Amino acid sequence: MKRSLAVILALACGVTAVLADTDPIAERRALMKHDGEAAKTLFGMAKGKIPFDLATVKESLKTLDEGATKSAALFPDNSKTGGGTAALPAIWENKADFDARFAQFVKDVQAAQAGITDEATFKQFAPAVFKNCGGCHELYKAKSG
Amino acid sequence: MKGVAVLLALVVVVAGAALAWALSEPRPRYSAEEWRSLGFAGDPAAGRLVFYAGGCDSCHKSQRQDDPLKLGGGLELKTPFGSFFPPNISPDPVDGIGAWRPVDVANALLSGVSPRGTHFYPAFPYASYQRMTPKDAADLAAFLRSLPGVKSKTPRNALAFPFSIRRALGLWKLLYFDNAGLRPDPSQSEQWNRGRYLVEGPGHCGECHTPRGFLGEMELKHALAGAPLPDGHGKAANLRGGDFLNWTEADIVEALTSGFTPAGDVLGAGMTAVVRNLAELPESDRMAIAVYLKSLPPLGPAAR
Repeated sequence: MKRSLAVILALACGVTAVLADTDPIAERRALMKHDGEAAKTLFGMAKGKIPFDLATVKESLKTLDEGATKSAALFPDNSKTGGGTAALPAIWENKADFDARFAQFVKDVQAAQAGITDEATFKQFAPAVFKNCGGCHELYKAKSG
Repeated sequence: MKGVAVLLALVVVVAGAALAWALSEPRPRYSAEEWRSLGFAGDPAAGRLVFYAGGCDSCHKSQRQDDPLKLGGGLELKTPFGSFFPPNISPDPVDGIGAWRPVDVANALLSGVSPRGTHFYPAFPYASYQRMTPKDAADLAAFLRSLPGVKSKTPRNALAFPFSIRRALGLWKLLYFDNAGLRPDPSQSEQWNRGRYLVEGPGHCGECHTPRGFLGEMELKHALAGAPLPDGHGKAANLRGGDFLNWTEADIVEALTSGFTPAGDVLGAGMTAVVRNLAELPESDRMAIAVYLKSLPPLGPAAR
């Protein structure tokens, strides 16, 4: 009796844990994937490979804004490994810098959202947005083959 | 009788040690006279491009600052053999290499031998740099000399025995260091030869993208087919297979200029600095690299 109670209790805890705790690795990877697609569009436009379109720019920036705003909170201490993550341990060794970089990313994206009204302003604001990608990936993302 | 056996054994041991000592002798490529007879004046403007093709700052840059031209060293390179600390190569005469002559820079790059006549560890990628032309070495020496001196001493390498025996690198070189340079292939275009030179010589791409064997040697039959990174985090991509086969030459040029990949990702980890450096080269060089990489026969990664 005692034993089966323990088993039930353990199972219940496990199930509750799964229900309460969504998977931050899967969540941030999905956000990053969307960020990548948005960045690809914006970058193609900046390079003149895709014709400029203000509505698409706004939408892509909104995706980046959402990713940047939500992702910072998705690196809790228990999400250092697993789930195919490319996050480097350096993130948790330099958490303050890591968070500051996300804050800067949010700031640059929101400045671009507010400031871009046409192709000329797009060309003006886009580089500051792109700069954030490499700055963070250099320090905090493992290479993947 | 027993005395004779002991004596014989002793002779064998001593002869073996003497042979190992002789075989492991550091051999700089140029004597001071030979170098002088080549007559290179050293062009710092051309050397600047060699510097960025070689990515010297990736390992030798002073830490905790962003200027690639402050070369005070101090990065810790973690490898299975222990930790290497790339030295100060600024022109400071005490802490850096200000006392080196151009021939010393050339011998370091092309044969992995220091001005004191000792071996460098191949963590300093002379196994690739040996393919550089002596003119590029002379120009690089002139450029390095033009940079600001930095006062900073770097920690000593912390290596496990027996890798801590520097002289033994002479035997490693006998096995794995051909010191043959790189001959242009006349059957290929000038552009292809330029790309190959950049990839296999100063660019030293294989130092990360080619898997390594038991003693840290590059396994050339899997050249550029991808490899785990020595610090244990992630791997360097296969440049002859997988998704890379779908990249166009223009995709490669773009990735080496801005870091953006065709998938909308941005090259991270060590590649970020590589891109920053290669972006300083003329676009024709990045295109030459792309042309060479696309010409390589497809190959899967080494089985592990």
